[in-house]
Amino acid sequence: MSAPASNAGYDEWLDALADGEGYALVCPDGHGSLPPRRVCPECGSTALSEEPLAETGTVETYSVVHVAGPRFADDTPYVNAIAEFGPVRLTGVLRGAEPATDAVEIADRVAVGDRVAVGVEERATDGDPLVVFRPADGE
Amino acid sequence: MTDVRVAGVGLTQFGSHPDRTGRDLFATAALRAFEDAGVPREDVDELNYGNFMGALAEHQGHQAPLMAEAAGVNCPSTRYEEACASAGVAVREAVRTVRAGEADVVLAGGMERMTNLPTDEVTEGLAIAADDLFEVRAGVTFPGAYALMATAYFDAYGGGRRDLAHVAAKNHANAVPNEYAQYRKEVPVEKALDAPPVAEPLHLYDACPITDGASALVIVSEEYAAGHDVDAPVAVTGTGQGTDRMALADREHLARTPAADDAADAAYADAGVGPDDVDVAEVHDCFTIAEVLALESLGFFAHGEGIGAARDGVTTAGGDLPVNLSGGLKAKGHPVGATGGSQIAELTRLLRGDHPNSERVADAEVGVAHNAGGTVASAVVHVLEVAE
Repeated sequence: MSAPASNAGYDEWLDALADGEGYALVCPDGHGSLPPRRVCPECGSTALSEEPLAETGTVETYSVVHVAGPRFADDTPYVNAIAEFGPVRLTGVLRGAEPATDAVEIADRVAVGDRVAVGVEERATDGDPLVVFRPADGE
Repeated sequence: MTDVRVAGVGLTQFGSHPDRTGRDLFATAALRAFEDAGVPREDVDELNYGNFMGALAEHQGHQAPLMAEAAGVNCPSTRYEEACASAGVAVREAVRTVRAGEADVVLAGGMERMTNLPTDEVTEGLAIAADDLFEVRAGVTFPGAYALMATAYFDAYGGGRRDLAHVAAKNHANAVPNEYAQYRKEVPVEKALDAPPVAEPLHLYDACPITDGASALVIVSEEYAAGHDVDAPVAVTGTGQGTDRMALADREHLARTPAADDAADAAYADAGVGPDDVDVAEVHDCFTIAEVLALESLGFFAHGEGIGAARDGVTTAGGDLPVNLSGGLKAKGHPVGATGGSQIAELTRLLRGDHPNSERVADAEVGVAHNAGGTVASAVVHVLEVAE
């Protein structure tokens, strides 16, 4: 494999997320986006500020992935999810509600509307950083 | 403004050609299109060529000049890339070029070679149509992204796997008589339901296959057709394109495809028709849920109401609005960069009356093609009408 590429803006964001200090870029009108950004993709404002992510997010959709590319070969099956954290939605892997491979069992454990926390963990296949959701404490 | 006609169409067999180069596939489609059109190759003013992942699949960039020589044309040639909508964009630009009077004859289409790669590499290759930083690194695959849309759809509007299985069964049945189709056998609903999961709630038969293939169209001005005795009864009367946020998570709604709404609105306005005028449609069913979303974006159904269309028989071959009589991407196959051109080729054959399924739409006068890229961050819609 080639050396890990550097992606200014994204790398810092991921580091912050790993430290529990994840943020969104927010314009004066309240539109959220993720870095790197010079312009709000919704309204074109260039006045973007870093705002902390909400402590917990809400699962808006999920899927159980059984067939993946080489970089996720040893992670399957895994739950992919999109969760809303205030002004932005994040995409990540939901852990801690691990299913078996059966859709009915998964539906028992994961649902749209579930509350989750977000952090950074390692991809099973190669140890690379991965945005991970886990069920929020006490839920 | 010049009217635009489809003078000829050419397709390769869709399926597995692991030993055939992309240039050979496109040459086959192009020569068939010229033969069908009765237009000499030297009359071609421009080549518009769609391809998505040739740099990965064949280590081949800069494909347009290569395909021009393979097709035997000597003209300005350009590759278009909008993931699975690459050929749709190539056709759209051909229409705009002819309308503008910049060209009388454009060869438009596309090619994709995929089966020479192992499945996991194709999976990774297709994923590059998603946002690398915030989706692919977060585990999103191409089927996985549509699975996320399917879960969101079921949650918002209802419906379930059985409804999607009816889409698969319908499109497989439609492909049976189509000589170009990759899979020409019926897949009953129960078989689709019992298939192994790919990205739940989507299972094997919810997904299009991995396909090699090429498509080519000879697009001409009405004046050229009239002046050269070219029989070109089908006109492209509307074209529209829409673009949305790249990542699914950034969309306004996770179970809708606004880029396709925009493309459809523009194409209908361009043609001066509406959804009620449409007799037959070819839509981008890379996954069964994608056909549902397409039906809603094209205005055939309100948002949230398209899920039962196949199950209720509305979009089956014998229904009021047959959809994907070619078999769709689902059964005919999906050589990504060729698909948009293939849809126009199939619709042209259906409207001309020389498609094996033409009898299903014998009186059809208006057809619509819907081609989408990624999770519909790109969408292209065309309206075709019988002009003569």
